Amino acid sequence: MTVATIFGVPMNALFGQLMLGLINGAFYAMLSLGLALIFGMLNIINFAHGALYMMGAFVAYLLLEHAGIGYWPALILAPVVVGLFGMLIERLALKPLYKLDHLYGLLFTFGLALIIEGLFREFYGSSGQVYAPPPELTGGYNLGFMYLPIYRGWVVVASVIICLGTWLLIEKTKLGSYLRAATENPALVQAFGINVPAMITLTYGLGVALAAFAGVLAAPIYSVNPLMGSNLIIVVFAVVVIGGMGSILGSVVTGFMLGLLEGLTKVFYPEASSTVIFVVMAIVLLIKPAGLFGRAS
Amino acid sequence: MTNRASANGTTALYALLLVAALAAPFFLYPNFLMRAYCFALFACAFNLLLGYVGLLSFGHAAFFGFAAYVTGHSAKIWGLGPELSVILGALAGAVLGLVIGGIAIRRQGIYFAMITLALAQMLYFFCLQAPFTHGEDGIQAIPRGYLLGMFDLNNGLTMYYFVLGVFVLGFLLIQRTIHSPFGQILKAIRENEPRAISLGYNADRYKLLAFVISTTLSGVAGGLFALTFQIAALNNVHWHFSGEVVLMTLLGGMGTVLGPVVGAFLVAAIQQYLAAFGAWVSIFQGIIFVACVLLFRRGIVGEIIALLRPRGKAEAETVSVTPQVHEPARQGV
Repeated sequence: MTVATIFGVPMNALFGQLMLGLINGAFYAMLSLGLALIFGMLNIINFAHGALYMMGAFVAYLLLEHAGIGYWPALILAPVVVGLFGMLIERLALKPLYKLDHLYGLLFTFGLALIIEGLFREFYGSSGQVYAPPPELTGGYNLGFMYLPIYRGWVVVASVIICLGTWLLIEKTKLGSYLRAATENPALVQAFGINVPAMITLTYGLGVALAAFAGVLAAPIYSVNPLMGSNLIIVVFAVVVIGGMGSILGSVVTGFMLGLLEGLTKVFYPEASSTVIFVVMAIVLLIKPAGLFGRAS
Repeated sequence: MTNRASANGTTALYALLLVAALAAPFFLYPNFLMRAYCFALFACAFNLLLGYVGLLSFGHAAFFGFAAYVTGHSAKIWGLGPELSVILGALAGAVLGLVIGGIAIRRQGIYFAMITLALAQMLYFFCLQAPFTHGEDGIQAIPRGYLLGMFDLNNGLTMYYFVLGVFVLGFLLIQRTIHSPFGQILKAIRENEPRAISLGYNADRYKLLAFVISTTLSGVAGGLFALTFQIAALNNVHWHFSGEVVLMTLLGGMGTVLGPVVGAFLVAAIQQYLAAFGAWVSIFQGIIFVACVLLFRRGIVGEIIALLRPRGKAEAETVSVTPQVHEPARQGV
């Protein structure tokens, strides 16, 4: 039997890895989108983003374990719960930090991430919890050149929809235009009688809800694990540096591209697959320090 | 006048601390003290960047941990003496600092923090895979050897005084750097970079030099740590450890000379006494982070200084910002 190959790599393996890359890219895109949203409005880099992503996955798992609430309701409920939690944090703790150096926001959210992750690790241990995908999304198709598990296809589709939806919300709606205006000049927008502090709270809630949504999507693929967010968030930081945080669409495109690149590296030079994004980041910084889609500051 | 008095007071305080440090191993657990000195040197080096240049490096564990590997490898595989091994570790910190710093200083503020974190994570993956680090096992049973071929460092007390000596030297070097004209220029860059540039200072070169000094001393701390505990392992290159050095500096008081030392002793104590409680170490550290940011941003030492002289301190701060006239070439790289 002959196996079709491309550059000496079996086609099945190549497309399989590209699919995995696309899925990683979907998570990078959703997380960096949330980071960019929050940064635009609050001028804070949300270090707790990875922890809140993990929290989203855990809320879905706990809803199933303790209330018997399944995947589909959890996909809505978990982002709402985590989003509300985020808004509470913003109101209580982040608000006094806006007047200070941006670094304090980073330090605060780092501490928050340590607390959240530590608590989940204390109560659920470091080993993962299994979360099964819903029955409608199990199984897969044989596409001839590769085997496509339905759930993975769904993750990519769902993340594209969510990213596009967020983009439309920001670029094409009234609320979005207020958000963009408040990002540019909060004082002026406030003078027009728009409640800017409420918009800031809402933005943080939205960014955090995106992270939690990604967490629920990730739950059936990776096990639900207290540490699932902490390594991911560092890669997402690199993605954000590469893309520059100036544009929403930019961060989405960069996320998907880098996921694919990582998948390709896994095929052709597996040893470098964990570091390739960081190498790209270094190169981009040397050539275009503001990032691919960033505005020079 | 008051300056002279406070300088005398500071000298007296240092003398007192030195006497206490010399006597300490007879009263406290020497291993704990040595760990604290390594952390303190590391935190002081880190504070040189955060407190005096305003650069938050979130990847400083890379320099500490990688230097620990280099020192461990030199001592164990190449059979070099302890002083030479630590020097090689410092050199590794310097070279790594030159590369990472060279890339990271292209961006400022939050981006600088994210870039150093990402590059440090890259080094973490490298250390995970490279054969000489022995992956998850780390380099174990590193021989302490004979200092200058004469003093047996396997003797706990000799090792203690060696570590203390290196720490004091490193501390004095950082002190000297902060109070030199070079240090004044760093503060000027921290307060107003465009103005410093307009005065003719090449801000990027100063920042890079400060970065390399900091990573070199972090390398010394890492090498010393590897010799003391005879192990170089992955947890010292992990981002979590980078967070810990930030915590030491923040808790003690960034931009103060003694703050990082106080912070290092406290963090070492947390590690020592809460180790049995697993994840509570990180929960507790997170709570301290949050409390520091929300309640006492000046840190312990910073708050004490503010209490002792409420007005004099603010004055000293503004004075240090004004750049003094010096030919930049003199301090050039």
